[in-house]
Amino acid sequence: MSEVVVKTRVRLARNLKDYPFECRLNADEKKEIAEKVCKILEKSEYDFTRYDMEKLSQVDKIALVERHLISPEFVSNNAGAVALISSNEEISIMLNEEDHIRLQIIKNGLFLEEAYEIADKLDDILSEKLEFAFSEKLGYLTQCPTNLGTAMRASVMLHLPALQKSHAVVRIGNNLSKLGLTIRGMYGESSKPSGALYQLSNQVTLGISEKAAIENLKNITNQLITQEIKSRASLSSDISVVDTVSRSLGILKTARIISSDEAMNLLSNVRFGVSVKLLETLSLDSIDELICEIQPASIMKKYGTELTVSERDIKRADFLREKLN
Amino acid sequence: MLCQHCQKNQATTHVKSIVNGEYTEYMLCSDCAKEMGYTSLWSDMQGDFSSLLGSFFSNALPERTQATRCSKCKSSYNDIANSGKVGCADCYETFYSQLLPTVRKVHGNTEHCGKRPKVFEKQTEDKPATESETELLKKELEKAVEEQNFEKAAELRDKIKELEGK
Repeated sequence: MSEVVVKTRVRLARNLKDYPFECRLNADEKKEIAEKVCKILEKSEYDFTRYDMEKLSQVDKIALVERHLISPEFVSNNAGAVALISSNEEISIMLNEEDHIRLQIIKNGLFLEEAYEIADKLDDILSEKLEFAFSEKLGYLTQCPTNLGTAMRASVMLHLPALQKSHAVVRIGNNLSKLGLTIRGMYGESSKPSGALYQLSNQVTLGISEKAAIENLKNITNQLITQEIKSRASLSSDISVVDTVSRSLGILKTARIISSDEAMNLLSNVRFGVSVKLLETLSLDSIDELICEIQPASIMKKYGTELTVSERDIKRADFLREKLN
Repeated sequence: MLCQHCQKNQATTHVKSIVNGEYTEYMLCSDCAKEMGYTSLWSDMQGDFSSLLGSFFSNALPERTQATRCSKCKSSYNDIANSGKVGCADCYETFYSQLLPTVRKVHGNTEHCGKRPKVFEKQTEDKPATESETELLKKELEKAVEEQNFEKAAELRDKIKELEGK
């Protein structure tokens, strides 16, 4: 199953009743909220590292985005914007993002119920001490009406090289909206799919319970997995596909300059090769890790923040050669 | 076919609307559709009643003076419509009827179901779940629109208008 589902993510949005939403908060109020939440969590059983956005460099922030620990939008939030990240990087809590509190659980593979369970528990801990904005009719109140109700966004990151190749993803995408789901590129809102990585998530949050939304998402995910694996099986006997996989690994092992886009697409081909047992020496986990590590800011964190784009492409090639040979 | 508005580009957006009970259909290109607000989530909320393609739901809802402001965060309805961001929890009460069409459009529902904070759980146990008359009418209206029964839809819309106008 993890051949197709790279990651599971469940996110809950919460706002404090006594404060206006984020767009109407000043820096002091934001800091107040952040301190309140941090204080409660300090006493919990969880161990978080605190990142104040105004103290982080741009590269550090983007590296967090590349690891899916904060949202791209959060990078431009500053005073009072705080991220709390658990040591295993499974839990991340953004304070003063679009909503006062956005807690997110990430798990490798398909673990929707498990992820929701953790989110639910954290929500209970917070709601014991904080009064959330909630209405009987509209559920949890959020700055954007698209999140009203459960304010839960559950998503799975899918690797769909075979369905992408047959252009089935576009067709599936058109039908998903009828089921209250959306599919989009890897880094969420408005990003283009890179390396055949897609994010499938629930769109509707009002009038459907958390459990039903997760069930729905899981059903569709399982259908996509079945279709993807079926298409992969037929592709894996196609000599031109086998050739592409081998060449992709060849380039990754030998290239001297490589852009993140090229690397992503080649790694996607290799990931496909590993999943259909064309390449036996590599593991899916190690490739997923590489996909994170070759992103621009992650490379810069490793090799220096002053790198230009072309210097970065050289370092990326060095890094890949070292890891794959 | 070509866009009926600019007559230049290929039409990609199909717009159906009822203005004053009159059913019209337009084929627009993406640029014109965007210009007229048909690609925006907030298109129903701009209150542009005079526009050529005045939308169905904004007609069905009572007009409010633009001066109404949320007593807590001082947002006006226009602030919300323009930014796409609701100012505070109280705004959802203050501007409930104006926000409802958008909420329905996004979610297809207007009633929460699922988790609630523990403090709310006790309060609601003995509360019967009844729907207001307008809610029921609105559901019927949605159904009528879906079935393309526009005469009935227009009738229902007038009824809702009357009830909400009170």
